[in-house]
Amino acid sequence: MSDAKQMKTNALAVEATGLVKRFGKNRAVDGIDLAIPQGTVYGFLGPNGAGKTTTIKMLATLLRPDEGQARIMGHDLITEPDAVRSRVSLTGQFASVDEVLSGLENLIMIARLMGYSWREAKKRAFELLDAFGLQDAAKRQVKKYSGGMRRRIDIAASMVVRPDLLFLDEPTTGLDPRSRNQIWDIVRALVDTGTTVLLTTQYLDEADQLADRIAVIDHGKMIAEGTSGELKASVGSGVLHVRLLDPAVREQAQHLLADVLNVPIHLSSDPVALSAQLADTEHAGDALNVLNSNQIKVSQFSLGQPSLDEVFLTLTGKPAEPTTQEEGAAK
Amino acid sequence: MSVESMQDQQKMRTALVEQQRPSKPNGLSASLTFAWRALLKIKYLPEQLLDVTFFPVMFTLMFTYLFGGALAGSTGAYLQFLIPGILVQTVLFTTVYTGVALNTDISKGTFDRFRSLPIWSPSPLVGALLADAARYMIASIIVIALGLILGFRPHGGFVGIVIGIVLVLVFAFSISWIFSVLGLILRTSAAVMGISMTFLFPVTFASNIFVNPSTMPSWLRAVVNANPVSLLTTAVRGLMQGHVNVAEIGWVLLSSAVLILVFAPITMYLYRNKH
Repeated sequence: MSDAKQMKTNALAVEATGLVKRFGKNRAVDGIDLAIPQGTVYGFLGPNGAGKTTTIKMLATLLRPDEGQARIMGHDLITEPDAVRSRVSLTGQFASVDEVLSGLENLIMIARLMGYSWREAKKRAFELLDAFGLQDAAKRQVKKYSGGMRRRIDIAASMVVRPDLLFLDEPTTGLDPRSRNQIWDIVRALVDTGTTVLLTTQYLDEADQLADRIAVIDHGKMIAEGTSGELKASVGSGVLHVRLLDPAVREQAQHLLADVLNVPIHLSSDPVALSAQLADTEHAGDALNVLNSNQIKVSQFSLGQPSLDEVFLTLTGKPAEPTTQEEGAAK
Repeated sequence: MSVESMQDQQKMRTALVEQQRPSKPNGLSASLTFAWRALLKIKYLPEQLLDVTFFPVMFTLMFTYLFGGALAGSTGAYLQFLIPGILVQTVLFTTVYTGVALNTDISKGTFDRFRSLPIWSPSPLVGALLADAARYMIASIIVIALGLILGFRPHGGFVGIVIGIVLVLVFAFSISWIFSVLGLILRTSAAVMGISMTFLFPVTFASNIFVNPSTMPSWLRAVVNANPVSLLTTAVRGLMQGHVNVAEIGWVLLSSAVLILVFAPITMYLYRNKH
């Protein structure tokens, strides 16, 4: 690898040390360090109020950190805020387009503010509406958009001039699965064209699907960091998932498995499912045998890596926030 | 992957690949873009024109016909006194909208997106104030036109009227900064509206807009005469009636300058440090 190439792969989009933000006595962000390589997707995973959005607001120059420092694309957050602003873009519920105006008008406005002439601004706006599948909604007010369209126009507005670093705040919260997949495709396309993406999410599978690296954030602190594989590996070697045909025998199965495996057996909210975190996988076969010999019928028996849900439970001692499903379409 | 979705992917990529980055716009261009945005909203929310159309008409008719005869002997005589004053009152009440609109932008998140853009940072505020000036203009034209229809006969002529309106606009622009501060401090737009009105009612009524202060108790007369709104009203009356008094105009410009010098920096400080 040439030196120049080496430099490029090592270049960091975000480099932060000891970021702290206090609101009164509450330390909303309590000492966060970041090193996010360019051209990657980085996920902030955590429940509501964990400090994800506050961290992003600091990195986007909207909030001044009380302590710590950061460089964004090599520019200091405090001393060169204009240089930072011209390289980043912010998308999300706290940095929204104007919902009173139409999608077209919003994009023209942003394009004008970025320095396009009226004619070029209009051309660019139509190009983006077309690329994001919003051409039919160009002249409709954004507040009449569905949830998925709303997220797409928000992202399109951030792409009028392609930023080096895009902050995406909960891009798929409240979306139906189809719209969510569309947003995921868009994020992947953005990364392909060279943009670094920092996204926050409450959805574990979203972080798993999109992010190269994940930071798990709780109470303003980063409690774990790594690839999703590393995070899963740090929690244990594997998880046994069992589904029964008959919910009535679940308790019996629980006792039998506990005896064989010597670990706690969890009963999940699904009335036929059990799971156990294994220290080693040697006795998994015995587990299946003991269920068979007691005539307990099994519909699923699998050994796999722990889900990020389980990672979160292990790391924080409590489950990830129950995800509230909002109505996808805005009225 | 279907052919169609491959085409979509291609479109997306084309739209995203590195473009010629336009050069950064100057502050004026950015401000005018924000003014354009504010004026576009009238298309979607025409009811916001009510306070610059319906209210001035209502106030002028009410005061002229309910109180005019009692206050000035005849409605015709009162009109000559009232119209410059009602112009001042109408425009000042419209300035509240500046704070309300700013507060709405904050609560909707639009404000944070603007703040994260690489633009001259006061431009969203300056743009909004420029658009408001257009609204003040509409209100002014309606008041004067209605006055002329009812029998207002200004001796200052067209030029006097125009300079009078310009003076009102200058003062309104200056006082708007107070409401920007309120818009940035208060939590809801309803609170901005409520507190601004609580401030504006005494300030406009404890003035010489509706009555001559000569019959007021001496302490109140002193307050009324020192009220910048009275100074403005006196200056506008002078201009419209054709007796220009440079000192009166000077006082208005001085109070406008003081308002801007005090409240514009506070607004900008809050704007930059808002969380």
